[in-house]
Parts: sequence; structure tokens; C-alpha cells
Amino acid sequence: MSTPQPPMPQAAVPQPQPQLAQAPAPHWQSAPAGSYPTYTSPIPVVRTHLGHAIASEWTKIRSVRSTMWTLGVFVLLVVGIGLLAAAVVGSSAGETDLAGENPLSFGFFGLLLGSMCIMTLGVLTTASEYGTGMIRTTMTACPNRVRVLAAKAIVFFSVAFVVTFVSALLVAFADVALLDSSGVRDPSGSEWLKGTLGISLYLALLGLLSLVIGSIIRHSAGAITIMIGVVLAPLVIALFMFSSSLEKLREALFEYSIPNQLSVFYSNSLTESGPSGWDPLWIMLGVTAVAFAGACALLEKRDV
Amino acid sequence: MIELEGLTKRYGEKVAVNNLTFTVRPGIVTGFLGPNGAGKSTTMRMMLGLDRPTAGDVRIDGRHYDRLKDPLRYIGALLDAKAMHGGRSAFNHLLCLAQSNGIPRGRVDEVLDTVGLTAVAKKKAKGFSLGMGQRLGIAGALLGDPRILMFDEPVNGLDPEGIHWIRNLMKSLAAQGRTVFVSSHLMSEMALTADHLVVIGQGRLLADTSMAEFIEQNSRSYVRIRSPQRERLLDVLHGAGITVVETGAGALEVDGGKPEHIGELAAQHQIVLHELSPQQASLEEAFMQLTAESVEYHAHTDTPEEQQAWGDGWKGN
Repeated sequence: MSTPQPPMPQAAVPQPQPQLAQAPAPHWQSAPAGSYPTYTSPIPVVRTHLGHAIASEWTKIRSVRSTMWTLGVFVLLVVGIGLLAAAVVGSSAGETDLAGENPLSFGFFGLLLGSMCIMTLGVLTTASEYGTGMIRTTMTACPNRVRVLAAKAIVFFSVAFVVTFVSALLVAFADVALLDSSGVRDPSGSEWLKGTLGISLYLALLGLLSLVIGSIIRHSAGAITIMIGVVLAPLVIALFMFSSSLEKLREALFEYSIPNQLSVFYSNSLTESGPSGWDPLWIMLGVTAVAFAGACALLEKRDV
Repeated sequence: MIELEGLTKRYGEKVAVNNLTFTVRPGIVTGFLGPNGAGKSTTMRMMLGLDRPTAGDVRIDGRHYDRLKDPLRYIGALLDAKAMHGGRSAFNHLLCLAQSNGIPRGRVDEVLDTVGLTAVAKKKAKGFSLGMGQRLGIAGALLGDPRILMFDEPVNGLDPEGIHWIRNLMKSLAAQGRTVFVSSHLMSEMALTADHLVVIGQGRLLADTSMAEFIEQNSRSYVRIRSPQRERLLDVLHGAGITVVETGAGALEVDGGKPEHIGELAAQHQIVLHELSPQQASLEEAFMQLTAESVEYHAHTDTPEEQQAWGDGWKGN
């Protein structure tokens, strides 16, 4: 792999501080005990703000391989499965089999599977710093802990949204074109908006929630497990709720499960009641905001 | 300058740092010494705002760490060599730190050159040896050209060449008027670098003194004697009013004695000596003695406190 044999010591030993040495240190030699000298750096002083933290987090997220991997697999899943679903359905369906169907909805399967990648990246953005110990360096460089989390959230959300939106848009256009001859209807303007922009915002928020959970749990594997549970558990539990006295709970679990909320963006929910329209986005926004506030409070309270 | 006042950190029942008050001054290297688990790292983490103190206060040039707008310009810290993401290259690791404090990008190349890692700047930190990781951590500490530098066990994992390098580095940083605070559990290492010494044991302050003073107060000198006529020698020394300590392996030790005097005494009485040598207890021993006492001291104070607490409860009823 790497060859960790740098030609370092010889060069460094005789003049350990070549570029720091030129800095002025005027009074210290003459100053006796009592008045102390202070070093003044020639580098200009900058008042840091959120922008600096965002620049730093952008460098972090683009400089690790896990970002490329998770996003690469995500795009592959979303585009690959999205096109495959439309192609398979389109080739087997007759002239009128798909009449009245929304062609955008075939992007659903890819995005559902792809959400695992977005959640993983979200968790890793925060939790991996605890695993590696990098968090101590990060928090020393920026003692404003909420600023660090906010910067991470902004950078991650932007990346996740842009990648999801581009992939979803690509799949949407391709599916509409692929299924054109199968008698599907033309999606309306609001269906286009929900099926591309809406669902991308939803997935990016789901990723952001994972990032926040990662910050709370501080353990990558643990946080990813929790998020997968959040996505799948309600649906799986509901499947096995046979007792009729639990009918209401069962329905709620179905309706508010994340896969069902995802499908609401294509207006083909599992049930007639429950969230509709843009509701899932507002629900996710609310949950993420509450979790974010909780994570900030915990960050302030806990030791790093 | 770093000022600690009554700094205390409790983890549940356990007191990790107990009422520490001292000042770290600029222009000199201050050694922070204590055995493993004495609370050195906890103290340093509290100085950097990573851990919240249970009580007390730390101020950096008069301000709390989390009030610093550009902390890397004030304090550069090496906490532990592996506090970085292994998948990131050395350059990118330093770049993200520089960006968070608005430090110009060119500074990254400068510090990489200072620590001698330019050749591996694009390599992942994962492949670095402990020594190289340590150098990268030091590069991060120097990044902001800060007034205060804090190193936690910097010589750990370094080869002799690296140790020599970091000693010179610390001295030259202090000579530029910076505050240098370095922790270690090795007295011998401190004796070579530090001008001032802060010793803690079990979270308590044991000594806050200049290195020279510490050496003077704590280095015991004695004379070691070995003789086949041990009993006679003992009698003679006792007769001359000299206190002798018998140690294992048949040797005798005279605290503060002069070898000339003892040698002449032995010659007068025609006693054969196999050894007559002036000895100096090492600083390491002095340090161990100091910290061992802290443990004893601790055991003694626990009891009255408990009794008092018990008594108070009884009075309350």
C-alpha cells in the first residue's frame, strides 16, 4: 500500500522552525520574571463564522472515500433500478395495461433502496468522527459545537439533495420516455414537482435525520442500525399484526412508515387515508428539526 | 498564558481532577507531570473546552476557550496522534483545520515542511506510523502559528531522532515567547526540556516549581559502602555518630555523607572496603516518591471526611 518511509528527520532537525523563526520576539530576552513576553504571529487574524465551518466540512466530506462509495452506489441503485423497473413493466405490458398510471412512480423502488446509502452517509458524517477521534480535533478547532453540527448539516443536506435530485430527474425523464407507448398518462405539473423535487427533499431530510442520530449515538454501526430499523420496522411489525383489536395501530404503522410516505410522492399510497400530498415532507421536517434541537442540547451538555 | 483556578472534574463518584490551581506562563516550557491516570489528559481536555469542568475555571489569556473566535490562532494542541480520520490525506486533514479558522491555505504546506511530511502529504493518514501520526498532529498544532502550544505526551512513539527534534522544537517555540505546556509521565524526559514543572497525582497538585528548584529539593545524595567486615564497619560508623541505612545485598547507605570522611574512618580502623561511592538518587525516584506520597495522603484524608459526613447526618436528625 503506502510506503511510510519519509525522508524527514535529517531535513527537520538542524532548523526545526525555519519559517516560524523569523517572527519577531523583541522584548523577551531583556524581560525579567514578572512581565512576560508574548508571541505575535505574522498571520492576519480572522474572526471565524459559519462560512469557515462550512468550508471545512466541505473539505472533509469530499476528501474521504466513503462519500464516493455511498453516493456512487446510491446513483447506481436509483438510476439502475428505476430504469430496469420501467423497462421490465414496459416490455411486458400491452397497449392499455398501464392506462392511467403515473410513469414517475417506477422511480420509487430505486429510491427506497438508495435511501440506505443516503442514511449511511448521513450517519458517517457525524459518527465516524467519534470513531476515529477526529471529533476532538474538530471541536478544538471550532469550540462552537452547534456551529459544527450546523455546518455538517448544511453541507451534507446540499450534497444529498443535489445528488438525489439529479438522479431522480434523470430516472423521471427516462421512465416517461420508456413508457410512452404503454398508455401511461402524462404526469401533471404538481406530480412532476412531487416526484422529483419533493422526493429528493424528503430523502435528503431522511439523510439529515440520520446525521443527527449519528451525532446523538456517536457510533456508526449503532446509528445505521437504528435508522434502518426506523425505516423498516413499522412496516414489518404491521405485517404481522393479525389481531383485529390492533387494526387502528396497524393502519397507522402502515400509513406513517417511511416507505409508504415515500410512495405518497407518487400518489400511490398503500392506504386511502393517512398522509397525502406534501404531508410526508412536513412530517420529516418536523421530526428532523426536533431531533436536531435535541442533538444540539446534548452536544452542549456532554463532554466531547 | 493559561490560568487554572480550582479546576475540578468528577465522573460520578470518582474525582479525576481535584481543585487544580496553577498558571502556565509564556516564554518557558512547562512540564506537566504525573503517573498514568493522574488526570493530565482530563485537565488538558478541560483547557481546550472538550470536557466541561465540574467546578472551577480555565482561562486562556483571560478568556474561556469556547469564547475564542479563532482558537487555532491562540492554542495549538496535540492531544493524541490518532485524533484524525485515517482515510483522509495529511494535506486534506490540515486543510480542513485551516479552513475552519480562516488560516491561509499556504500555511498547510509550510507546517508540512516544518514537520518533514511534505513527501507524504497526499498519502492517507491510515498508513502512517505512530511517529508520522505524531508529526502530523504537531503540524496541526503549529498550523495557526499560535501563542500557546499544548502537547500531550508528544514523544510517545517517536524514534530517538524524533525525540531530539521535538525537544528542540519545544525549546525554540518557548524561546520565541510562546507558552509551551507539555505533559509526560517520564521525569527524565521533562528534566531535559522543561523549565518549570507542575506535578499532579490522583488529580491533585503536588508541586508547582521551577525545574532547578525541583532538582535541588528532590535529588537525595548518599554514599554507598560495601565491606566484607560489615559488622565492624557499622560499629565504627555508629561510634562516629553517622546514621547508616542497611540496604539489601549487603550494602550500606549513608545519607548526605562524604566519601572522604568515611574512607578515612575505615582506614583508621583498618577495615577493608569493596565499594565506596557517592550516589545521587535519580529524579525519576524523586518523582515516584512524590507521587507515592500522594496516594498515602489520599488514604488518610478519606476517613475523616467520611466520618464528618456521617456525623453531620446524625446531627441533622
